Amino acid sequence: MGVIQINQELCDLCKICMEKCPFKAIELKENKIEINAGCKMCRICIKSCPNQAITYEERLKNEVNKEQWKGILVFVEHVDGEIHPITLELLGKARQLAQKVGHPVYCLFIGNRIEHKAQDLLYYGVDKVFLYDHEALKYYRVDVYANVFEDCIKKIKPCCVLVGGTSIGRSLAPRVATRFKTGLTADCTVLDMKDNTDLIQIRPAFGGNIMAQIVTPNTRPQFATVRYKVMDEAQRCDQACGTIERMSIEDAKLKSKIKVIEVVQKQRELGISEAQVLVVGGRGLKESKDLALLEELATLLGGQVAVTRPLVEAGWAPHTRQIGLSGRTVKPKLIITCGVSGAIQFTACMDASERIIAINKDKKAPIFKIAHYGIVADLYEVIPLLIQKIKEDRKGVEAYAI
Amino acid sequence: MKILVCIKQVPGTTKVEVDEQTGVLKRDGVESKMNPYDLYALEVALRIKEKLGGSVTVLTMGPPQAEAIIKEAYMMGVDDGFLLSDRKFAGADVLATSYTLSQGIKVIGTFDLIICGKQTTDGDTAQVGPAIAEHLNIPHVTWVSNIREVNERNIVVEQDLADSLEVVELDYPCLITVEKDIVQPRLPSYKKKLETRYKPIQVLSLESLQDRNENNYGLNGSPTQVERIFPPEVKAEHILWEGQPEELAEKAFHLLKTEKFI
Repeated sequence: MGVIQINQELCDLCKICMEKCPFKAIELKENKIEINAGCKMCRICIKSCPNQAITYEERLKNEVNKEQWKGILVFVEHVDGEIHPITLELLGKARQLAQKVGHPVYCLFIGNRIEHKAQDLLYYGVDKVFLYDHEALKYYRVDVYANVFEDCIKKIKPCCVLVGGTSIGRSLAPRVATRFKTGLTADCTVLDMKDNTDLIQIRPAFGGNIMAQIVTPNTRPQFATVRYKVMDEAQRCDQACGTIERMSIEDAKLKSKIKVIEVVQKQRELGISEAQVLVVGGRGLKESKDLALLEELATLLGGQVAVTRPLVEAGWAPHTRQIGLSGRTVKPKLIITCGVSGAIQFTACMDASERIIAINKDKKAPIFKIAHYGIVADLYEVIPLLIQKIKEDRKGVEAYAI
Repeated sequence: MKILVCIKQVPGTTKVEVDEQTGVLKRDGVESKMNPYDLYALEVALRIKEKLGGSVTVLTMGPPQAEAIIKEAYMMGVDDGFLLSDRKFAGADVLATSYTLSQGIKVIGTFDLIICGKQTTDGDTAQVGPAIAEHLNIPHVTWVSNIREVNERNIVVEQDLADSLEVVELDYPCLITVEKDIVQPRLPSYKKKLETRYKPIQVLSLESLQDRNENNYGLNGSPTQVERIFPPEVKAEHILWEGQPEELAEKAFHLLKTEKFI
């Protein structure tokens, strides 16, 4: 908390600070250096000034009594009681954070007729599930959900609140954090805990080109939303431990200004541009029926099959499946190219993918220049083995789950 | 029908790099533009106005240069524009930003409908819209992918919740944030550009707000603090695996497992 000051007597108008400011927030006005409203308080100007004319003045802020705020509260995301996997990821992280400071892990479970599902949560290292089960809570409506969230926080006073970075989480969390006049950090990819219970929150900024480490040092609770599929899921224990606490809230708090007219289940007809995982077939495929092999791998990974132009021209796949300048541009989380050489017309439309794995017999294929992992092999040998391994792994998991 | 659209000026590119030696952001040749998601919010507002009459006002917070995006909004057909600009607003996080905007809204007047883009391309938090609604104590709906009905009393929208669409009805006043591609935004018109060349932009400073307590704005009003910024870890680039198929399949499997694709 503080303010940046410019000592005009020390300033010789060298303008170095104006050049260094990443936000163009320093101006020369009437022969004076001034900071304008674009300032993000990054304080780079202070380091840049050769005359030490720019200083940062701390201002004291009311300190919150951190001892009074205990526990990591996880918001349980679900559809009609079916718990979203992000919840288990949050619980895994919550347990780690809680252990560092000796705090309990709590769940907030809001819905209608979900009590039987609350029991499930107790297998994931939760100390207490706070259950709000009411017909007014059947659908997600931000005003009543925020009221319930507020009620729970006021009653248990958690140190941190973790919410999934999902459509609901990103709508609800800012509402509740604002109500408590506290900080919320969106889409965290790394979380850690300081000894004084300050949550270290790391998130990508500026489209992922820069990481920012953020803390909420003077207010409680500390809110964070967390990206899906970043944290490790909590391990299921053999025995349930912890308890369920049934909560009630006054009827006035359950009155909503939002009327749900209907809920339409979305058809899962995604195009290749929307797919998170793509398996791509190229000219290395010998026959059109071999696409079934890629289809099998794609299905196991929850993805789709795409192709290169020659396959579309040969009539093996529709144009909507084609990646390339004359087809679609894609940016999935994972792309596995199989027998694709990697012509520029193709790579230009997929090289922004987050993880690129290429399988090709030819070690000199240009695709290996852009692939993060290149596998020099015959796709007909490697892919069946890979499919087999994934299937075996899945069997193991299914046998383990109850 | 009085509609307000909140807009933001963002860097023209997201390819910002950090100088690893100095930790300073490199910003050579970075131009500013209107947050692309705000164009959809503006288009929705203008279409509702065309249907029901009334006015569309835009509000932004930023440095004096942010006037440029208000001018752009004028060229699209917006009636009024306000810029919240004050050095005391600097360094604001979500809470302080949304509070400042809500204070600005209170000064400008009352609105039936407030529309925001789904998020900005620089902050990417998607939080400011819902937070404004909370400050104003009005309901909100995010991720609106379609407007089914709109009239003088209320609005029926489809809220995209990834696996389902929730169709909800809201009475005014309320706030919605709209998805990309909900409608095709119009281009700024040259005719409007000429017409609005001298159209004033009203600048609001801390002094013009109801709450003039500096501690609620900018860095002072921000509960979150950025402790440091740093470049992301570089992904393992261009690793080439050769060997027996069995061994290669195992490596690939292990990679997919570690990165949670399995």
